[in-house]
Amino acid sequence: MPDPIADPFLTLSGVTKRYGGVRALEGVDFACSRGKIHAILGENGAGKSTLIKIMSGVVAPDEGVMRVERREVSFASPAEANGAGVVCIFQELSLLPDLSVADNICVSTPPRRFGLIDKGAQRRRAEELLAAIGCEDVNPRSRVRDLPLSRRQMVEIAKALGKNPKLLILDEATSALTSADVERVYDVLGRLRRQDVAILYISHRMHEIEALADVASVFRNGRHIETFAKGARSNAAIVQMMIGREISSQYPPKPERPRPAPMLEVRGLSWEGRLRDISLDVGAGEIVGLGGLDGQGQKELLLALFGVLRGVKGEIRVGGKAVSPRSPADAKAADVGIALVPEDRKTEGLMLPMTVAENLAAASLGRFASGPFIDRKAEDIAVGEAIRELQIKVGSPEDPVWTLSGGNQQKVVIAKWLMTKPRVILLNDPTRGIDVGTKQEIYRLLRRMADEGAAILFYSTDYDELIGCCDRVAILYDGAVVRELEGAAITETAIVASSLNIDAEAPAHV
Amino acid sequence: MTALRLALRADDRPILIAGASIVLILLAGTAYTMATQGTATLLSPNYLLQQLQVGAFLGIVSAGMMVVILLGHIDLSVSWTLTAAAMMATAVGGPWAIPVGVGVGLAAGLANGLGVGYLRVPSMIFTLGMDAVLRGLMVAHTGGFAPQTAATDLMRALGAERTAGVPNALFVWAAVSVLIVLVLKRTVLGRAIYAIGNREQAAYLSGMPTRRVILAAFMISGACAGLAGVLLAGYSTKAYQGMGVPYVLPAIAAVVIGGANILGGSGRYAGTVVGVVLIVLLNSVLSIMQMPEAGRQIIYGAVIIAMLLAYRGGKLAHT
Amino acid sequence: MSDQVLPADAAPAAPRSGRRRGGDWLLVLRQNGSLLFAIALFALLYLGYHLAHPRGFTTQVLVQNANEAFTLAMVAMAQTIPVLLGGLDLSVGAVMTMVNCIASHLVIGSPGQIALGILACLASGALAGFVNGCVVVYGRIPPIIATLATAAIAIGVALLLRPTPGGKLDEDLNWAMTNSVADFAETFGLADGGKAPWLAPVAWLPVPVVLLVLVVVLVWLPFRRTVTGRTIYAIGSSESAAYMSGLPLNRAKIAAFTLAGFFAGVGGLFLAIQTSSGNADLPQAGAYTLNSIASVVIGGTSLVGGSGGPVGSIFGTLVLRVISFGFRVFDIPPLLQPLFEGLVLLAAVSLGAARALRVRNTLDLFR
Repeated sequence: MPDPIADPFLTLSGVTKRYGGVRALEGVDFACSRGKIHAILGENGAGKSTLIKIMSGVVAPDEGVMRVERREVSFASPAEANGAGVVCIFQELSLLPDLSVADNICVSTPPRRFGLIDKGAQRRRAEELLAAIGCEDVNPRSRVRDLPLSRRQMVEIAKALGKNPKLLILDEATSALTSADVERVYDVLGRLRRQDVAILYISHRMHEIEALADVASVFRNGRHIETFAKGARSNAAIVQMMIGREISSQYPPKPERPRPAPMLEVRGLSWEGRLRDISLDVGAGEIVGLGGLDGQGQKELLLALFGVLRGVKGEIRVGGKAVSPRSPADAKAADVGIALVPEDRKTEGLMLPMTVAENLAAASLGRFASGPFIDRKAEDIAVGEAIRELQIKVGSPEDPVWTLSGGNQQKVVIAKWLMTKPRVILLNDPTRGIDVGTKQEIYRLLRRMADEGAAILFYSTDYDELIGCCDRVAILYDGAVVRELEGAAITETAIVASSLNIDAEAPAHV
Repeated sequence: MTALRLALRADDRPILIAGASIVLILLAGTAYTMATQGTATLLSPNYLLQQLQVGAFLGIVSAGMMVVILLGHIDLSVSWTLTAAAMMATAVGGPWAIPVGVGVGLAAGLANGLGVGYLRVPSMIFTLGMDAVLRGLMVAHTGGFAPQTAATDLMRALGAERTAGVPNALFVWAAVSVLIVLVLKRTVLGRAIYAIGNREQAAYLSGMPTRRVILAAFMISGACAGLAGVLLAGYSTKAYQGMGVPYVLPAIAAVVIGGANILGGSGRYAGTVVGVVLIVLLNSVLSIMQMPEAGRQIIYGAVIIAMLLAYRGGKLAHT
Repeated sequence: MSDQVLPADAAPAAPRSGRRRGGDWLLVLRQNGSLLFAIALFALLYLGYHLAHPRGFTTQVLVQNANEAFTLAMVAMAQTIPVLLGGLDLSVGAVMTMVNCIASHLVIGSPGQIALGILACLASGALAGFVNGCVVVYGRIPPIIATLATAAIAIGVALLLRPTPGGKLDEDLNWAMTNSVADFAETFGLADGGKAPWLAPVAWLPVPVVLLVLVVVLVWLPFRRTVTGRTIYAIGSSESAAYMSGLPLNRAKIAAFTLAGFFAGVGGLFLAIQTSSGNADLPQAGAYTLNSIASVVIGGTSLVGGSGGPVGSIFGTLVLRVISFGFRVFDIPPLLQPLFEGLVLLAAVSLGAARALRVRNTLDLFR
């Protein structure tokens, strides 16, 4: 077949990047050219975000060469990448919340007069750029902090356009946008393509890629699998490339049995318009998945059950008894017995400089205490057991927890909660950024905890996990449960269709 | 030597450097006295005990300050907490003098803890306001003059007298130290204090009662300042205006020189003791040398910066 | 999806921009709410003060008040800049005191000598701030503890220069700077000895007020418009986003502390001119630092950085000062005055606490 990338703008050769023991990219050769919209496909953890971080100067590769217009480059900072015409719109916003929209859009090269920033010119420039993406409704004087998330994302796009990119990278840039804004972004991308800008587009919405892309590249496990022109590969072939393995093999078998009696019952749960009348049961010994697009209320549901949110309406029962936890301390109390493995293990799960043992014992100190004192012996024994049981790889329990690999850190977070002997275990995307081996251990562990009688509610952004791990899956859309899937009905097609809240039973629009 | 260094934990390094600096200060001071007076005053046990007696007041304030700093907060109200405790203790007199003094400290700590833990006002500014309120109360109480009331006999015994040649204030400091070490190392509260100082969110999501822990830590700090006030009043036989003011910044400095992170989460109590001893001895060597106040201030500042730069040198980067 | 989707056919451009101009005013007012609150509080208190004052609304009272407020206002402005970064500068009072002592030696003699002396004072303030900045940036020591140490050094230098209070400054300068604009002109024989008609509208203004306005207009407002100035706000707002935007972080941090030193120096210079002497007063230096923090908070600058500004801090200072002026007029027993001040401070800083009680997701409390 003809090479889809002729006369590339940017090329990578043999690029490798490791984080601790986990390799994020392995010997990647990649190229993209101007005047093309180039989609990057891959599962979570396939190396897409590391790829764009390298291109945009956020991280430096361990090995390999990057060239822009045939000249070798190594960007020390995002500013240098911008200077070479490479501009990235990041998923995590790079906006300054206390500054105005105009300040943000012109932040790196503001228009100046007599050496001072020319506020009027800056505002006019911001208005122009916002108008170009159809956002006349955003006032350039507004503080970014006061804008809703979708508007902030549009400001981020305007800011990137203001740098006159030759290569524009969009990382899930449309996931926070309203549908009207998505249309506007499509128009802008089309216009940029005509202006001979190279565009890299990362999205999990396959129909978007179908509609936009000229070229697509598939990544898997840190490797570049293949680049092909639009229409050169069937959807089935693309999915096979992305998955690249038998899905079933890495998950433990699900038990065949009638639905168990509910351990956790949720009735009519609502919060601040972000959770709307949610009712859900999780049986003792059952793993129930939470699915749907990112940001549809899954995290809020877990936080509400764990007592973190104030002003939650509705009823929560654990083991038949009504509970209303007002803090995590309430939620973990023995007569409630709820545990939460939080979203971000580095900021919410662990005290990184503290030791493995201290982190493991953090949630169950009450169990080892006699009066105000900690029974060190009992603590040591319990910590040792947890390390053995979850096969956490540590030199010594007295090592700081930040010395462990990501996967082992996550095991510490999970083990911390298992030590409280919870009846209900809530997990917020527990396998994000973790190597495949540890993932499998976590899946087996979840099943074992369920078999021992725990009720498990499990949010994942990875559809495979929901399919492979869960007895049932509840799909959330805009803060409400729109569908519950059970047994054989849990398929990628069903999940994707429900996530978009459409009824299409047709194969997922890949 | 290398084997020894490998066996040390990261937070031992500041203690070692500060310890070595103490030896250096003693040697330099002795060299000076040998050269000028032909005596080694500094090394005489009696002189050292006398210096440590003065250091005990700072030591007790620093112990409480350290607990708050480990949380990632700071207590600027210790100056007038100390003064208020001393004034109220001497005013009440009798057997209730000491409980009242410590109680004043606990009450100030309670107010601070509520403001910082529950209202979430930055500790820097809330304790500053608390300090102003306490000062206002004391000015209103005393009329702005030195109180005429005197310390009780028990206060004097604890603050000024000696048992078997050792100042009683040192025993009190030792007792406070044992308590603080027990709290920090052996109790659920201590573990929670370190956890909150490292990552309050993670501690909260681990189900720790973070607000109550903050409250307790400020009450410990208040109680320590109160106790120091009682002892200092005993030492000087009375309470006086602003008697706590010279203790705030040295207490913070002692904790930081002892290797605790001013942003919270790490530090060992032994370090704070070493920091207090260093400051006290530096002070006495400078006064032996008859160093004018100007030189002392410059040397203090330079020592703090130099010590912190030295600790940095060995700090491992993480995250 | 939770956001309202706008109609695709946007309103025609002309009426929209008309509407926006009206809306912009409201927006600007809302964004500066805490500044306006401080100004309104000051205006209210000051009006009450004048109404109650037996010689209210006279130039003498104005001049007296301005003289008493100026130094703290400068020190509070100084404190604001590191606070905008998300740091704190415990050395502002000490730097002020140091420059105060330097001025008591140098600001005397021929006009040329005086001018050089003033320059030297301002430069030494800025230099002290520059050193702070370097210790923070290159020594990687947290600002609060770095400036605690440099404060001791600055006080040491002050004591070295003035072991006991004293010194002498130019008398004309003392008179001219601490009185009304008319007196200033008269002293230096400007504008027909202060009688020129064009000077009349401003002749009654106290010189310190004019000086304060000049510092804001000539130093702060232009600085805020530089990339460095904006970077200070950016760092306090989100340091990682500031890095991602390629802003000069180190330069901005050093500049912030340098400017703080400069402002503190202006304050120290004025105090020396006002008292015609230098005084290396350690408790006074501490009091200035602490009151500067209070002024910053009352003036609406966030202690976590990113929002607010020195103009608010000036009004924070004025609020604090008017409260103590008020004690004299309203016959508050002097013994209760410190308590009153403390309670006002505590109440002011607890105002922000309403947020903590309103928050719906308790994780937001930690951000």
